[in-house]
Amino acid sequence: MLKVENIYKTFNAGTINEKTALNGLSLHLEPGDFCTVIGGNGAGKSTLLNAIAGTWYVDEGNISINGIDVTKMPEHKRAKFLGRVFQDPMLGTAANMRIDENLAIAARRGKARMLSSGITAKERESYKELLKTLDLGLEDRLTSKVGLLSGGQRQALTLLMASLQKPEVLLLDEHTAALDPKTAAKVLAKTDEIVGKDNLTTLMITHNMKDAIAHGNRLIMMDSGRIILDIKGEEKKKLTVEDLLNRFAIASGEELNNDRMILAK
Amino acid sequence: MSLLTLFNAMPGAIAQGLIWGIMAIGVYITYKVLDVADLSVDGTMCTGGAVCIMMLMSGAPMWLALIVAVIVGMIAGLATGILHTLMGIPAILAGILTQLGLYSVNLKIMGKANVPINNQKYNLMVSLLYVKNVPFYKNTILIVAICILILVAILYWFFGTELGCALRATGCNPNMSRAQGINTKVNIVLGLMISNGIVAFASALLSQYQGFCDINMGRGAIVIGLAAVIIGEVVFGKLFHNFALKLVAVALGGVIYYAVLQVVIWLGFDTDLLKLLSAIVVAIFLAIPYVKKEYFPKKKQTAKEDK
Ligand SMILES: Nc1ncnc2c1ncn2[C@@H]1O[C@H](COP(=O)(O)OP(=O)(O)OP(=O)(O)O)[C@@H](O)[C@H]1O
Ligand SMILES: [Mg+2]
Repeated sequence: MLKVENIYKTFNAGTINEKTALNGLSLHLEPGDFCTVIGGNGAGKSTLLNAIAGTWYVDEGNISINGIDVTKMPEHKRAKFLGRVFQDPMLGTAANMRIDENLAIAARRGKARMLSSGITAKERESYKELLKTLDLGLEDRLTSKVGLLSGGQRQALTLLMASLQKPEVLLLDEHTAALDPKTAAKVLAKTDEIVGKDNLTTLMITHNMKDAIAHGNRLIMMDSGRIILDIKGEEKKKLTVEDLLNRFAIASGEELNNDRMILAK
Repeated sequence: MSLLTLFNAMPGAIAQGLIWGIMAIGVYITYKVLDVADLSVDGTMCTGGAVCIMMLMSGAPMWLALIVAVIVGMIAGLATGILHTLMGIPAILAGILTQLGLYSVNLKIMGKANVPINNQKYNLMVSLLYVKNVPFYKNTILIVAICILILVAILYWFFGTELGCALRATGCNPNMSRAQGINTKVNIVLGLMISNGIVAFASALLSQYQGFCDINMGRGAIVIGLAAVIIGEVVFGKLFHNFALKLVAVALGGVIYYAVLQVVIWLGFDTDLLKLLSAIVVAIFLAIPYVKKEYFPKKKQTAKEDK
């Protein structure tokens, strides 16, 4: 489904700020894989997701989605295949537009936008039903500006938007990191539900090892722009936080003396 | 000077204010909807008039002259858009480049710096001679007001379409827009084209209204446009929430601007200082949101909306 082959990305090449954020990384996801991604700050997790999404082009390597080479495809064209939720709740929605308008824009992802109505009455009804499932009271605020919503509400809305048009791959970048624990749990549960319902191929970054273990069927750990651990199948099911710390020590050749490096937030 | 002079001058001020109100609606689309400050309008505010007047004088019918004026304005917007999106030039600079280039283009269109048009010889749509003592259907104020209503209706429809929504999203959050498959570059270019087309239309009306087109007609137009946008927002912001009404508020902002200007002139203010006054007023209003936030931060009130 998703094939990332030997990609490199260096920021500010040739300056003192030069930073190789992706260092020959490869990753294959099978259809329906739900892969969680962990790693310390600056390991390159967000950079990996941005590379897949096409925020910029990679320096080397190839990316293909469902057999289509997207390596040189601009971000807005790739969007057809991708659902995305960002770490920053402000990024995923248009604050000056209404809740229903945001959903309507997401419903048209990958389609030509012409002069037909931006949102129909029928759509509005279906969005109302959809928002009810979030259980955040948003169904009564269909015409409120998204800017009035809390971070958690915005993230939940973005998650709905990302999955409104079934994406080939769902990219979640620490989408619960900015939320309070209760809301985070709610949004995570919703994530499981959405991913499970359509059996979506998913990459989910998290800083919480417990979440990384509890969700999905596969777990990768990143360090210095590379994947240093890849755990799947039965092994993933039995995984514990302690296992993970040990495996990290072996893989990276250093003791993970500072749990907070990964557990931060 | 008596109150009567002021009173007599008002219909003219209103007509002129409405015409500039149309221009301000164009500015609103770039400045507010697209979140781009487009300075090419200083050039387009002459181009539209130049095209319209020259075409009328060569015998073209009014509708054709207006349409071509709008199209040429849109081409100017296209130029700014290409400079900005395809060549990566910051929007302000791209606008200034277009504006400068248009100065030559405008001169070439007109052949000289100032072209008068005789309203006896040509059947003009609007004129400063038609603001009073004419049958009501010929009244410039009425005609411009109808133009505004039609324009607002079209824009209201357009920004409700899929394309219009994409344009609004582009201005509001380009990251989100691209993630939702919207080509933000195309939308920025489109917005600039629509805006400059509207400004060129206003220019075509203004040059007919004043009976001539002048190469310096558009100087400082962006400031007047912004002033109208801001006045409209300050005066009607609490009342008007609907998009169409917001556009009407912008047009009325233009009227208020010209009415106040008329009063200031009537009070005997040195007219040489008018542009300075406009610039100061606009600067103050543009600064208000920042000053409020930076120097007088409100106590926590964001929690209100959280659940
Ligand atoms: N646009 C950019 N320009 C320059 N450097 C960047 C850019 N994006 C990322 N980097 C750098 O690349 C490295 C990897 O960043 P990335 O955001 O992928 O880390 P991360 O694993 O997501 O970390 P975090 O857990 O803090 O989000 C960092 O050193 C970062 O400073
Ligand atoms: Mg990150």
